[in-house]
Amino acid sequence: MREMDVSQITQAVAELFLEANYVIGKDVMDKLEESRDKEASPLGKMVLDQILENNRIGAEESLAVCQDTGMSVVFITVGQDVHLVGGSLEDAVNAGVRKAYTEGYLRKSIVAEPLFDRKNTGDNTPCVIHTRIVPGDKVHIMAIAKGFGSENMSQSKMLTVSDGVEGVKRFVLKAVEEAGPNPCPPLVVGVGIGGSFELAAIMAKRATSLPLTRSHKDPRYAQLETELEQGINKLGIGPAGYGGETTVLKVHVISAPTHIAGLPVAVNICCHAARHAEKTI
Amino acid sequence: MKKVQLPLTEETIKDLRAGDQVLLSGSVLTGRDAAHKRLVALVENNEPLPVDLRGQTIYYVGPAPARPGQAVGSAGPTSTYRMDIYTPPLLKLGLKGMIGKGRLGPNTLALMPEYGAVYFGAVGGSAVLISKSIKSFEVLAYPDLGPEAIHRFVIEDFPAVVAVDAFGGNLYDEGPKLYKQDEM
Repeated sequence: MREMDVSQITQAVAELFLEANYVIGKDVMDKLEESRDKEASPLGKMVLDQILENNRIGAEESLAVCQDTGMSVVFITVGQDVHLVGGSLEDAVNAGVRKAYTEGYLRKSIVAEPLFDRKNTGDNTPCVIHTRIVPGDKVHIMAIAKGFGSENMSQSKMLTVSDGVEGVKRFVLKAVEEAGPNPCPPLVVGVGIGGSFELAAIMAKRATSLPLTRSHKDPRYAQLETELEQGINKLGIGPAGYGGETTVLKVHVISAPTHIAGLPVAVNICCHAARHAEKTI
Repeated sequence: MKKVQLPLTEETIKDLRAGDQVLLSGSVLTGRDAAHKRLVALVENNEPLPVDLRGQTIYYVGPAPARPGQAVGSAGPTSTYRMDIYTPPLLKLGLKGMIGKGRLGPNTLALMPEYGAVYFGAVGGSAVLISKSIKSFEVLAYPDLGPEAIHRFVIEDFPAVVAVDAFGGNLYDEGPKLYKQDEM
């Protein structure tokens, strides 16, 4: 049994949200540069240049690359041989979010209640926390700062089994086409396939945080990712939606076992400012 | 690249076409969902507005907090379609320009030629870069809304593209058409 004070989790969460908001990952920057070099549309090239320049300044000057510094989402896996002491895990995660957003010049974008008062909580809490207990004595934290321009364009649907691969492709393409310029393309698209209604959406969110250099380990799903990328880039939406060949940087699929009667699919759209950071303690 | 001075004049608007790259300088108002809701409630009750909208341009933005030494924090555009139900009454009061990102909603789009208004697209997620073109700001109304308050920004060479012009041109339709390929 390894004892861990929850203050370590607070500190890690705070650091991860600052990093995520200031520094766009090298995988995303590389893909943006590659897309800029290939993009046929002059306006599209200009937009990609502007995004690259923006992200360089954000990293150099420790400034939020986007003013929508997002809803905080954390995927935390806790080894079952870890004994957390010093307070509750969820309080510790929220304390980390509070620290990052109040001390790091990040916008506070969370309202306490969705329908009536919509009063801002003032510190970007509460965080959406997905916890798993796994073997081992380590804690892994993936911190995602999810902007809502793209979150609002996300969709999920319970397809029928007979819809199959083509049905999944049609649904993903339809979601991206309907979103058009609104979610700040070029996008990272996370697709959850299988599981239950809610698991598909959670997998889709997690998929948006995978490295752009990685593909699904099952070659059939990797092929599906490639075909979706090609199909989306043929839509012509382009950088900022001004027209062009770069609408998506990467499609990531995560799949899970599902019911004999169902084919849940969720499409979580993430803007080019794919902000996430992770750490193992 | 066209240099455009704000507030807009009718002559300037006549000269702008969807797809034009522009650098905007001068004075803009800011506002997003919450401020729009309050403005339209005043209009509906025939009460005076806290700002004169005639000839003005509104930038849809809710900035991040400024670090010491910055005029404003990161300040990129928010999604324009959310303001659609609020915008027609503001156009009637003389609003001439909007700056945001993504599509104009159908109610607003239909009125652009009639009111001779223009919509500028800014690149979402290039909020640090844009903040460098914001030289100063003051809060004009609704300070309780924090970043959603109505501000006046003085901007200089703010990078934008004419997304919808006053003559029915719409870059979000015309641009993608040029690059759309056959279905997969």
